[in-house]
Amino acid sequence: MKDISVPVEKKDHRMKMSGRAEYTADMKLPGMLYSSFVRSEVPHALIKDIKLPELPDGYFSVSGSDIPNNHCACITDEQPVFADKEVMFVGEAILLICGPDEKTVKKLCAETEVIYEELPAVVSLDEATEVALGYEYHKGDTETAFNNADKVISETFRTGYQEQAYIETQSAVGVWDKDKGKAILYGSMQCPYYVHSALMHSFELDESHVRVVQEVTGGGFGGKEDFPSLLGCQAVAAARKSGHPVRIILNRREDMSVTTKRHPAILKYDAALDKEGHITGLRADIRMDSGAYPGLTSVVMQRTLLAALGVYKIDNLDVKGRAMTTNLVNNGAYRGFGAPQAFFAIETLMNHIADKLGVSPLSYRQMHFVKQGDETGTGGKFWHHVPIPEMIEKAEEMSDYSRKYAEYARPQSGRYRKGIGMSIFFHGCGFTGSAEKDFIKSKLTLHKYADDRVEILASNTDMGQGLKTTFSKIAAKVLDIPYEQIIIENPDTDRVPNSGPTVASRSLMIDGKLIERAAERLKAIWEPGKEQEIMEQYKEDRECVPWDIEKFHGDAYPTFSWGLNVVELQEDTLTGNTDLLGVWGVYDVGHVIDERIMEGQAQGGILQGIGYGSMEHMEAFKGRIRQNSFTDYMIPTAMDTVNNGIAFIDNLYKDGPFGAKGAGELTLVGAAPAYEAAVEQASGRHFMEIPLTPERILLAE
Amino acid sequence: MVEFTLNGRKIRSQMSPDTRLLDVLRGEFGLTGPKEGCGEGECGACSVLVDGKLFNSCITPLANVRGKTVVTLEGFRDSEEYKLLEKCFADAGAVQCGFCIPGMIMASEALLLRVPHPTEEEIREGLSGNLCRCTGYNMIINAVQMAAEKGDGLW
Repeated sequence: MKDISVPVEKKDHRMKMSGRAEYTADMKLPGMLYSSFVRSEVPHALIKDIKLPELPDGYFSVSGSDIPNNHCACITDEQPVFADKEVMFVGEAILLICGPDEKTVKKLCAETEVIYEELPAVVSLDEATEVALGYEYHKGDTETAFNNADKVISETFRTGYQEQAYIETQSAVGVWDKDKGKAILYGSMQCPYYVHSALMHSFELDESHVRVVQEVTGGGFGGKEDFPSLLGCQAVAAARKSGHPVRIILNRREDMSVTTKRHPAILKYDAALDKEGHITGLRADIRMDSGAYPGLTSVVMQRTLLAALGVYKIDNLDVKGRAMTTNLVNNGAYRGFGAPQAFFAIETLMNHIADKLGVSPLSYRQMHFVKQGDETGTGGKFWHHVPIPEMIEKAEEMSDYSRKYAEYARPQSGRYRKGIGMSIFFHGCGFTGSAEKDFIKSKLTLHKYADDRVEILASNTDMGQGLKTTFSKIAAKVLDIPYEQIIIENPDTDRVPNSGPTVASRSLMIDGKLIERAAERLKAIWEPGKEQEIMEQYKEDRECVPWDIEKFHGDAYPTFSWGLNVVELQEDTLTGNTDLLGVWGVYDVGHVIDERIMEGQAQGGILQGIGYGSMEHMEAFKGRIRQNSFTDYMIPTAMDTVNNGIAFIDNLYKDGPFGAKGAGELTLVGAAPAYEAAVEQASGRHFMEIPLTPERILLAE
Repeated sequence: MVEFTLNGRKIRSQMSPDTRLLDVLRGEFGLTGPKEGCGEGECGACSVLVDGKLFNSCITPLANVRGKTVVTLEGFRDSEEYKLLEKCFADAGAVQCGFCIPGMIMASEALLLRVPHPTEEEIREGLSGNLCRCTGYNMIINAVQMAAEKGDGLW
């Protein structure tokens, strides 16, 4: 029998390939109206007055006063759906103007005048003083470690914004069913039940009076985790006011200006070294820009702090993180979820220390790797095999890293110089802490029809990562029926139970396991020709050190996925431009459910990571996002990449389906530090900041 | 009124000549293959063929296609060339979220019409006006390479 990892044609391949897939912008509902936002032009102000132009027949505006509870629920509900008294950042929604003609609504928005009384605004992380939230944890005795240190190395790193840049912008269609008093929302999203909860909260409805349907989603990468809840409330408010379906589609500049991004961060590290160069103590003090409203910042920051010491065993730790309130756009989820900032810092720090000690970065890392059975920084445990040695062996075989490193370490001359860099990293699989058990309580259903086709009813979304296919493969394999006999549609909360959000690389590992168990039970009672149904629910019976968020202590994750990247490049020392010569990725994601899909995750994740490290420069200036288009915010094109070498290490995880672990985010996390290391070797300089643009390379000392 | 050939049929658009071709295709003719990803000619999701050449329909005024031949994915998807691309894109695992794909297919067709046996570099260049955030491009490059090899003589 074939292994489950043998690739199959994706469930949605033909539909997407042929242009028949219906994205939100392709929907047409009778009487549907178009809309456009009036947004704040200033970072912080009181709204004194709004002067609307005369609205033609059939046109109307929607504001906070049209919403029973004008607060959007996402962890907290501080953010209003529409700003009513005070605006907190440039781009915050004030009004939505709707009507039958798209050009006219845009014109009406442009003619609307908002009178502000401006207030002092905090428009950079450097000047922020108000702490939105924070965490810290300690281990051992850092004071003694630093007092006894042979050497202390202190460095401060900076990371910038990163924009998810899904090619389909945020979009939603709101409908109000007047007869039933029911809110209906169609849209591009990762988490239908997040939107469902937000609509219940803002419109004071019970769960049976809200329906959320995911349309085909043109990429998410975290960007469609929480923002669709806000957009959903805005669309439903307009539909409820008018009785018409109302469509909202953000244009690209609007999307880049007002949607959540990866948190910019300043990461200050101090490392205490003994005579042999071992790190005996580490202090990390991390500041992140939370934006005007915290949103998902608390959980993002937890992941940053848990990644702060990288893949290393360090006995004495002080790790502290504070998210600062600014009058800037909200930051939120982006693939890696706080870990890319920390891994950039710790991996670069390791390279710099190795350089200062005159040893190779790989051999210096080898002095510190964690292994199975070691304690985590927060008093949990690495319960499972840590395959770093096999990953290094594989990477050496594929990239010839050590030989090239030694070669490029010799003095280079001339305009073009080469470098090679390595990074090693992990992704804590699934939600941080005890959220699966305490909050999500995932449920899903397998429904067998009389014709023996089996439908998977789950709220997880396919946003391109191939979930419809991998879920179906698991069910088909266990049931021992053809993959074509499995049905899986885009989730509709009227039809599917809440199996949780599609975030944190949790779906395949957590809900895939529920599918595996449900399928085993269905197989046991299978009667051909009969309609049957099995519901399965999350349960936790693994051995662990219970997570305590107050003490920031325990097992934050059930297990870890592991990754290694190597980047080799050539720098043009005259222009600061780089040409990639080779990029490699070795990953342990447990057992691969579909090799082709997993390779796609790796290829795509690596390039997003290289973009993060090299060219994706975005900054706020006087409160306004400067690079808000693909002209100014450059993401890599087909010319900016090379044929990456990808390999997977099989390392079965018993609580995942067929041994699978979290996979999607891991692939982004390590590319930026590997890129930076390669540039450092080529240029012979140390850098502290990403993205490492050609300008920064040239301007560095 | 602007006359042109759209997916093999002579048609007349009632829209103003300065309307974006993308809006004519999607709005007046209900062709949802071309997508709007940026609206300023940077991402290529709206790519169509105009007289066999690749155009961003979001920055092409309707007047510019007067008397010309416009092909969208809808007008290409019944061809032998499309069927081969569909198979190769599946075998290479080249499709993730799919939003860039209609444009990517038209870009591939435009390239293969011009260069039936492109090198890897030529494919990268040929698709460089089409942004994809999911795949990292390499599996798309492989798909086009595969199609060029298997489709010897088709283009």
